[in-house]
Amino acid sequence: MAKLILSLDGQLIKEFTLSKERTTIGRKPHNDIQIDNLAVSGEHAIIMTILNDSFLEDLGSTNGTLVNGNPVKKHFLQNNDVIELGKYKLKFIGEAAPAAGAGGDKADFEKTMVLRPSTMKAAAQAAAAAGGGAQAAVAARQAAVQAAGQSAAATGIADKDAAKAPAMAAAAPAAAAAPSAAPAAKPAQPLGAIQLLSGGNAGKELELTKPLTTLGKPGVQVAVLTRRPQGYFITHVEGAVRPQVNGQQIGAAPHALKDHDVIELAGIKMEFFLKT
Amino acid sequence: MSLISSLEMARATHTGMVRSHNEDSIATDAEIGLAVLADGMGGYNAGEVASGIATALISSETREALVRQPPHEVDRATGSPFARKLLADIIAKANTSIFKSANSQPQYAGMGTTLVVALFSNNQTTIAHIGDSRCYRQRGGKLEQITRDHSLLQGQIDSGLLTKEAAKRSQNKNLVTRALGIEPAVEAEIHTYPAQEGDIYLICSDGLNDMVEDEDIEMTLGAFGANLQLAAEQLVQMANDSGGRDNISVVLIKVKKDFPADEGLFAKFFSWFK
Repeated sequence: MAKLILSLDGQLIKEFTLSKERTTIGRKPHNDIQIDNLAVSGEHAIIMTILNDSFLEDLGSTNGTLVNGNPVKKHFLQNNDVIELGKYKLKFIGEAAPAAGAGGDKADFEKTMVLRPSTMKAAAQAAAAAGGGAQAAVAARQAAVQAAGQSAAATGIADKDAAKAPAMAAAAPAAAAAPSAAPAAKPAQPLGAIQLLSGGNAGKELELTKPLTTLGKPGVQVAVLTRRPQGYFITHVEGAVRPQVNGQQIGAAPHALKDHDVIELAGIKMEFFLKT
Repeated sequence: MSLISSLEMARATHTGMVRSHNEDSIATDAEIGLAVLADGMGGYNAGEVASGIATALISSETREALVRQPPHEVDRATGSPFARKLLADIIAKANTSIFKSANSQPQYAGMGTTLVVALFSNNQTTIAHIGDSRCYRQRGGKLEQITRDHSLLQGQIDSGLLTKEAAKRSQNKNLVTRALGIEPAVEAEIHTYPAQEGDIYLICSDGLNDMVEDEDIEMTLGAFGANLQLAAEQLVQMANDSGGRDNISVVLIKVKKDFPADEGLFAKFFSWFK
């Protein structure tokens, strides 16, 4: 569950867990998070938590609310956001803090569920009856979510991966390493480029920064160079003749490119190389 | 009338890099211009069962129904093309079938599925959807999402709580507000759009659009558009390359040339008043 850490001048005061759908912040004692300081309004701000997302809303406070130094009216809280009310700071620690190395990404284990329309409607009507505005609508939706979640839990409804979760958790240390490593490795992947060796533009160089680069002439011969975590590949897309790599015609499947491979396509030769 | 000379269809489905089995199910029938995609949910194998029932039943029932009445003919009761009523009826049937199995067999309790059905006829496509599987259209090099998810997140975007950008950072990605087979009745959202020569329609499960940005999908359809099967495989590969956290399914339909129905005189006459 997401947390808020209250501090003043770098001194930690208290930690709060966002366990409720509405967590109020203000000077008056009825607030969930009471900050007894004149710079803080009686009812200063509210945090609405909808499942795993938390939203901060300033309730028209006298001195305003800052997030990461910027004044906000409404804000979708992200991990490590710092909320400021006067001299007080509240640090938001999201639930899905990417702290886990071996634990893997929590999102992998999330389940798809159905929010039953009947529950949604009932909750919305309740909110309308209560004469609520935007906040009430949010609360209604959340009530619906919770109700749906409960009924789902109770009857085992629409619980996409409940059965799989334990098995996947066991495999997590091994499995999590591979998929999460791939996106992280993206920036470190060496950049490839091609240099034209023949034709009118001989000598010209093209950096392959995009995930896909199209080569050739539509309707005649087209190949696409794809940039993947494993490296660069060339794929024949259209035309009677397939491109050649180092004098060999490639197959129908994507062909992995090595540093200094020579590609021949539509009568033009070019060299693929990796930039260091 | 066969649509094979006008429509090219390609499809690909993959378990992804994380899940243990594939609960998506897809079916295409270029002859009658039908494409179906379902992303199942439910414990054990129930998700596959639900999505499998949906695609199989919708494919066979549509084929049968089209023999009785051409889809472009105007349904006199509603004033809209018969395709809409046809899809609404068949989807209701699929819903009942899944709901009944789920309630009669304990191992299938609570199973359900998302759904996208596209039916092409008379230079139009009628698209029905339920849940968070999507249909996009690439026209003139531009990709456009033409279905709107039935999901908590989309609801939050509509109500102004979240921007589209902020929604990408949400932790509540997997909540659908409508699904096939969960309740005794379900309403599919059904719209009819004019189809043009050169259009590419993409139907996908969230395993694609959660992993691959729309602009990268657009770029891929542009680059690989001449080779539809390759384009479908490339999209699946891109989703897997960026983590492949869910099952990934892709159906691509390209309009090679227009496909007007050879209408009877009455239908022609009637269509002037539409």
